[in-house]
This record gives sequence, C-alpha cells and structure tokens, in this order.
Amino acid sequence: MYDANKIIPGLIIFALFMTFPFWYNLGADAYTTPELELPEDYERCIESTEFMRAEHMNMLDEWRDLYVREGYQEYWSELKQESYPMSLTKTCMYCHSDKEKFCDRCHNATAVDPYCWTCHIEP
Amino acid sequence: MKNSRRKFIKFAGMAALGWSICPSLAGARSGPRQSADRLRAERWAMVIDSEKLNDELMDKCIEACHKLHNVPDIPNDQNIKWIWKEPFYNLFHDQSHGYLKDKKSIPFLSLCNHCDNPPCVRVCPTQATFSRDDGIVLMDFHRCIGCRFCMAGCPYGSRSFNYYNPRNFLDDDDLVHDYPTREMGVVEKCEFCAHLLDQGEMPACVEASEGAILFGDLNDPNSDVRKVLQERYSLVRKPKLGTDPQVYYLI
Repeated sequence: MYDANKIIPGLIIFALFMTFPFWYNLGADAYTTPELELPEDYERCIESTEFMRAEHMNMLDEWRDLYVREGYQEYWSELKQESYPMSLTKTCMYCHSDKEKFCDRCHNATAVDPYCWTCHIEP
Repeated sequence: MKNSRRKFIKFAGMAALGWSICPSLAGARSGPRQSADRLRAERWAMVIDSEKLNDELMDKCIEACHKLHNVPDIPNDQNIKWIWKEPFYNLFHDQSHGYLKDKKSIPFLSLCNHCDNPPCVRVCPTQATFSRDDGIVLMDFHRCIGCRFCMAGCPYGSRSFNYYNPRNFLDDDDLVHDYPTREMGVVEKCEFCAHLLDQGEMPACVEASEGAILFGDLNDPNSDVRKVLQERYSLVRKPKLGTDPQVYYLI
C-alpha cells in the first residue's frame, strides 16, 4: 500500500472519532426511564399508555388545529366511551395536575423543551 | 374469457360498494366531535346601544373581558386592549361634524368589528388570523409570527401587539386558567368570545352589559339583533372602506 504511514493512522483517528460517543459515555449511568407520578383517581388516560407515550405531541398538535381552526370542541375516546374537551389545560392537566412530576420529568430527561407554557397556564 | 371479465367487474363493484359502506358501520371511533352545547349562527353580530350604556357599565364590560382573557394593563402607549372607550368623534369621524349636538365627546365602546371582508385576514401571511364560518375573525396565537401586517391592515385600530411578556404585568394568582396568556411578539384582539360560544355561553361583555349590548345571528330574521336594527337608527364604523363591519351602534 502506498502512503500506509498516513492512511492507517488516519483510519485509526477516524474510527476513534466516530466511536467517540460510545467510549466517552463508558463509565456513565445507563438511561433510565423517568419515574412518573400518575394520577391516583383515574385508571386510564383517554387512549392507551403506549399510544399516549408515542403520540401525545402529535395529538396535542392536531387538537390545537381542530379546536382553534376547524370548529371541533370535543374528543370522543373509544377507550373511555366518553367525550372530553380538546384542551391541554382542561383535559390533560385536569388529571395530570402536577407538571413538574409528569411533563417535566420526561422532557428534562430527553432534553425536550416544548413551549406550551409560555402562554398556557400551569395548574 | 368474457365471462371471467364480467365476473371480475361485478366483484370489484361489490367490493367498492362494501368498502364505501363499511366505515360507517364500524361505529364511533376515537376522534374529534362537535359539542352539542355550542351556540351556532350563520353570522354573529353585535349591537351596542349607546343610550343604555353609561360609563360605569362600559368599565364593567371592559373589566369582564380583560379579566377573562388575561389581558394585561401596561402603563404606557404599548398597552393591550380588546375592548376600550373611545369618544364618538374618533369612532365616527367620517359621519360627524364640528357642531354635532352632545354626542361629540361622549365615550363609546370600541372593539374588533369582525368584518365580513376583513383586511387583517387578507394580509396575514401565515393565516394566523382567519374568518370562521359564523363570521368571527379569530386569532390563532400558535401561528402568529408577529409581523404586524394585520395591525397595519385594520382600519379600526382593534389589534394590539405584545411588546412585552404579558405575564410581567399580570398577577400570577389572578390568572384565569381556562384561557392562555399570550407571549411576547404576538398580536391579539377581541374574538367575540368564540371559546364561550363554543361552550354555549354568551360573550363576557354582553353578559356584563345588563342588556346594553345585544349579540345574535344576523341571518336569522327573528333574532334580537335583526329586530332592533330594523326598529332603530344605527351606525357602523367607516362603512366607506367596504370592510363590512359587524358591530352596530344604536344612536
């Protein structure tokens, strides 16, 4: 091989650089799912836990357009067989009344910074 | 061969028919619904009776509105207002003259006119402000980028810009939780209490006015607003501009 003395160190440096996140975090704690404080009086949310975990942000995004622009006011929950107002403060925060022990724990752990609360008022 | 093509088309036809019927048979699924309580109208309009309104009542209306919508009171010329007092001469500048009896300096209530042909909606680049089917010109604060074209477009000065974070001028304990505040860089204005109408309630100023402000469906010939407009003389602001304002003043 021509220029092996340059290429091989180059490859080693490249490999080290690319794997930086892995060896840099070697000693660090593994990610643990944050412990959430769930409302005691209610057994279920308006959709399944898996759905809410994965889709709550899309749901809220859809809700705001549906409520403000499309003229819908309520969300019919097949799971609960009940209608709920499509409202972050009136529906979500009615049960999950402590933002710090519910919203913030995951958002902080995953470094997400939603800007709901610059306008909407925390309970 | 002929037979099988015929069969295939029949089968496809039946399948398409079945497919079109099936979703409606599946019954209620999770999803958005319209509330049964909400008040409906073809065209909401407001009639302000200048004879019944007095200073005290106007203050009550203003307070009810600004309290409900978390509107701050900022002590300089960058204040926020949804509904406010304005002298007759300013409101109806093009319909008055220097020798107008009594009325000239009398304060009137002024608010967004919810025009049928709203210039603010036409100029908004993000469609943050838009006309609802029932005629209400609504703000979607989520979409407002604070360009203030709408403020330049509005001939009535009905819009206010948040030069500051409004929370700095509101008492945290006095906030109404059912309605959000705004943030810095967003335009706001009266919205005919669309959120109350959707819950089946009348706008806050109408409730507070003790009958001096009427609110109803202009397309319904039996509504209060239609009747009173036929009986008494009324004015709208700057009719020449062609914005077709829907707040009427009984004189």
